[in-house]
Amino acid sequence: MTLEARGVRWHRGGALVVDGVTLTPAPGSTVGLLGPNGSGKSSLLRLLSGTARPDAGVVTLDGAALGSLPRREVARAVAVVSQHADTDTDIRVRDVVRLGRIPHRGFLGSAGAGDEGAVAAALAHTGLTDKADRLWHTLSGGERQRVQIARALAQEPRELLLDEPTNHLDIRHQLELLALVARLPVTSVIALHDLNLAALFCDEVVVLERGRAVAGGPPREVLTAELIARVYGVRALVGTDERGRLSVLFEPGAPDATS
Amino acid sequence: MVLSVAAAITLGPADVSLVNVRDVLLNHLGLAEVPVRAAKDAIVWEERLPRALTAAAVGAGLGICGAVLQSLLHNPLADPFLLGISSGASTGAVLVGVLGLGGTAIGLSGGAFLGAVLAFGLVVLLAQLSGGGTDRVILAGVAGTQLFSALTSFVVFAFADSDETRGVMFWLLGSLEGVRWDDVALCGAVVVLGLALCLGSAHTLDAFSFGDDVAASLGVHVTRARMLLLVLTAVLTAALVSVAGAVGFVGLVLPHAARFLVGPRHARLMPATALIGAVFMVWVDAVSRVAFQPTPLPVGVGTALVGVPAFVLILLRRRRAR
Repeated sequence: MTLEARGVRWHRGGALVVDGVTLTPAPGSTVGLLGPNGSGKSSLLRLLSGTARPDAGVVTLDGAALGSLPRREVARAVAVVSQHADTDTDIRVRDVVRLGRIPHRGFLGSAGAGDEGAVAAALAHTGLTDKADRLWHTLSGGERQRVQIARALAQEPRELLLDEPTNHLDIRHQLELLALVARLPVTSVIALHDLNLAALFCDEVVVLERGRAVAGGPPREVLTAELIARVYGVRALVGTDERGRLSVLFEPGAPDATS
Repeated sequence: MVLSVAAAITLGPADVSLVNVRDVLLNHLGLAEVPVRAAKDAIVWEERLPRALTAAAVGAGLGICGAVLQSLLHNPLADPFLLGISSGASTGAVLVGVLGLGGTAIGLSGGAFLGAVLAFGLVVLLAQLSGGGTDRVILAGVAGTQLFSALTSFVVFAFADSDETRGVMFWLLGSLEGVRWDDVALCGAVVVLGLALCLGSAHTLDAFSFGDDVAASLGVHVTRARMLLLVLTAVLTAALVSVAGAVGFVGLVLPHAARFLVGPRHARLMPATALIGAVFMVWVDAVSRVAFQPTPLPVGVGTALVGVPAFVLILLRRRRAR
């Protein structure tokens, strides 16, 4: 049992942005959400996190509809790292990560014994222990992204939802970040643009096109030249490298009419 | 804080020493029987002590309201009067003071309170109708403020003679003239209650620091929490404004000063803001009382005159830190 979406559909501002998607990630797996801009990746993540309610279909957590559960209970199981989390306040890294403990606290916010431990573990996991006292606005884009992930980890979730976490990161940080997420003992759903990264780190991928899930399964089976041409409108060479890993090379120009 | 209140009491046209203050307090608390001249006793107990305590409550209350609104609306320029409360209060007060609406039954303060609550209700309704996001709340607040300011000016220009205008103007700028012990009780009660509720919501307020989506993902019921806290600040502000008039700048500047000192976590920020607000207000009121003797300066003028340079200083320091 885990976080699942069954036939969810969502109209947002008059447009149908998610159209009958079913997503049932295996516990502990890393699932990539792929698809061009506007295909509904972020919208699907909003439905999964409970920030938006589907017009049809249902998102369930351990079999119970997300909308029927108290928000705090959801927040103790599902953590979200969104694309644009920023603040004006002069907040320190450790305090950002501490935010993740809020759903675990009582009404008056008394800190539990596990709180500081979870914060320290989250900082260590993301390699931020020695940056814990830095101020948020002095961090680089990649560090900020890692702090948000540390904050999400401090929630001690079973499910982690990430919306394009590798945006604005250099290649090394992209690799480090996804390796970190794939290593975590949680179920992760990640919206991604980079097909090679998806192939490297995801157990399964789901490809969205105009709100519909058009393909799903292990990256090796899903990411074919035909699919990439159809969904992204791009010509690609899909092969395996000498170590047996999938690699996608793009070619300029429109795809052949035949594909 | 206690020292500030005591020191502020000694300032003024009539000569009162700290020893006098102590003696009067001890007498009234039944802890001692020190002979003090009746005139001094009256000045301290009936006039300056309630005034200083009200100033402290008003400063503390406006400070925490400002801090809550800034966090809730992700806007460093938010202040307690953003949501049309002060201009609504002005309109209410003017309607009572100039047009005699409601007669003596509600008085200037009652009119101000009703006006403030009404204006806030209108602003919230407008914000909800237009979508309910933080920017909508702010825009609706700006619109409401403009509307009620215009209404106030209209009433003053159309119906008031110059004496009435002066009286109303003085009140509009914020004034602690003639506050009594019931005012102390009212302000003290709402501020203590408000501070307690804000401390209880400290973690909710923390959760808002990265925006509504992050707050929601941390288990906060965003719409409900925001509405509750907005109503709380509105009632608190309306009560304070009805006693002290529209004292500007305290709610805007002091939360920033407090953040600068203790950081952005609300469990520490709230008490710090309240304390700084209280001390600041006591001093500004004391200074405005004596600066242009015998004419008292409206305390709102004093807060802005002190507050603006302080604000500029904070902005400059923040820029250097970045």
